[in-house]
Amino acid sequence: MRVISLLLAVSALMQAQTITMMLTPPMSVTAKRGATVAVKVQARLRDGYHCNTNTPSDEYLIPLKLTWTAPGSLQVADVKYPKGTMEKYPFSEKPLSVYSGVFDIVTDFKVPSDAKPGQSTIAGKVRYQACDDRACYPPKTLEVQVPVIIE
Amino acid sequence: MNRPQLLGAAAIVSLAVLTSCMPEQSVRAAVKDSKTRKAAPDFTLKDANGKTVKLTDYKGKVVLLNFWATWCGPCKIEIPWFKEFETTYKNQGFAVLGVAMDDDGWDAVKPYLADKEVNYRVVVGTEQVSLLYGDVESLPTTFVIDREGRIASVHVGLISKGDYTNEIKQLLSPDKPAEKPATPTAAGTNAGY
Repeated sequence: MRVISLLLAVSALMQAQTITMMLTPPMSVTAKRGATVAVKVQARLRDGYHCNTNTPSDEYLIPLKLTWTAPGSLQVADVKYPKGTMEKYPFSEKPLSVYSGVFDIVTDFKVPSDAKPGQSTIAGKVRYQACDDRACYPPKTLEVQVPVIIE
Repeated sequence: MNRPQLLGAAAIVSLAVLTSCMPEQSVRAAVKDSKTRKAAPDFTLKDANGKTVKLTDYKGKVVLLNFWATWCGPCKIEIPWFKEFETTYKNQGFAVLGVAMDDDGWDAVKPYLADKEVNYRVVVGTEQVSLLYGDVESLPTTFVIDREGRIASVHVGLISKGDYTNEIKQLLSPDKPAEKPATPTAAGTNAGY
């Protein structure tokens, strides 16, 4: 019963604003000291919606960006965004560089050789701005948390 | 309920919610009958020169009240239309009033207005004003207001320039019969205000 109540509460919260993107981070990541580990965060845009890539076509457009705000003892080496596609919309004079559907953002972390072994959680946020083919929605920020086991 | 079942249930709920959030399909633009129009909520905001702007200052004019933002692609398409409307209909008692919804306020908006050579008045909006107009989230959202300060039509998303032109003409000369609406390139939603 509590689970159903929780799901209904989540449902109500999601309906309060237009939900355009969902993130699926890995359940957990195992990292070896002194090595590099890749963390893949999957993003899923709602059908009919798109968002700007990390390198939008217009200076005024807001890029999608993943920022690791609490990487713990891991060091961010590189954040790799997919290329996206060039799409023409009724509102755009030129094709725009966008993401739609499902795509992955991969972060390479360096694990210091003196990192403390054990379990922790790293955290970050994804900022993006989505549109459909005739309207746009305010920029949103989604939180990401990934449990990390350092060996 | 075990963990896989819980995750499955959550996924189903999420999908259901995502589907239910789909916006309405396109609806033709139209000016509401004057008897059914509601008063446009008044507000007080500052323009780019720091001057106070009240919606009631525009009473007696037809006003195109446009909620927009610098990051909004469809809004960018409309700006040249609105500039043209401002020039063409200004002397007939018409004005465009832009409400920019950028979080960064004038820091983002002023350079954009200069870049696009916007010739109509623009204010920076607030959450409070957005709420007054039904919690404006989709941009552009445009309210066409009659000379009595009542909302004659609302458009969420991009509609055609021809539809706006037709509405403005109807409201400026309400006794004239309406022209046949233009075929939209991308019709927006005519919200039921």
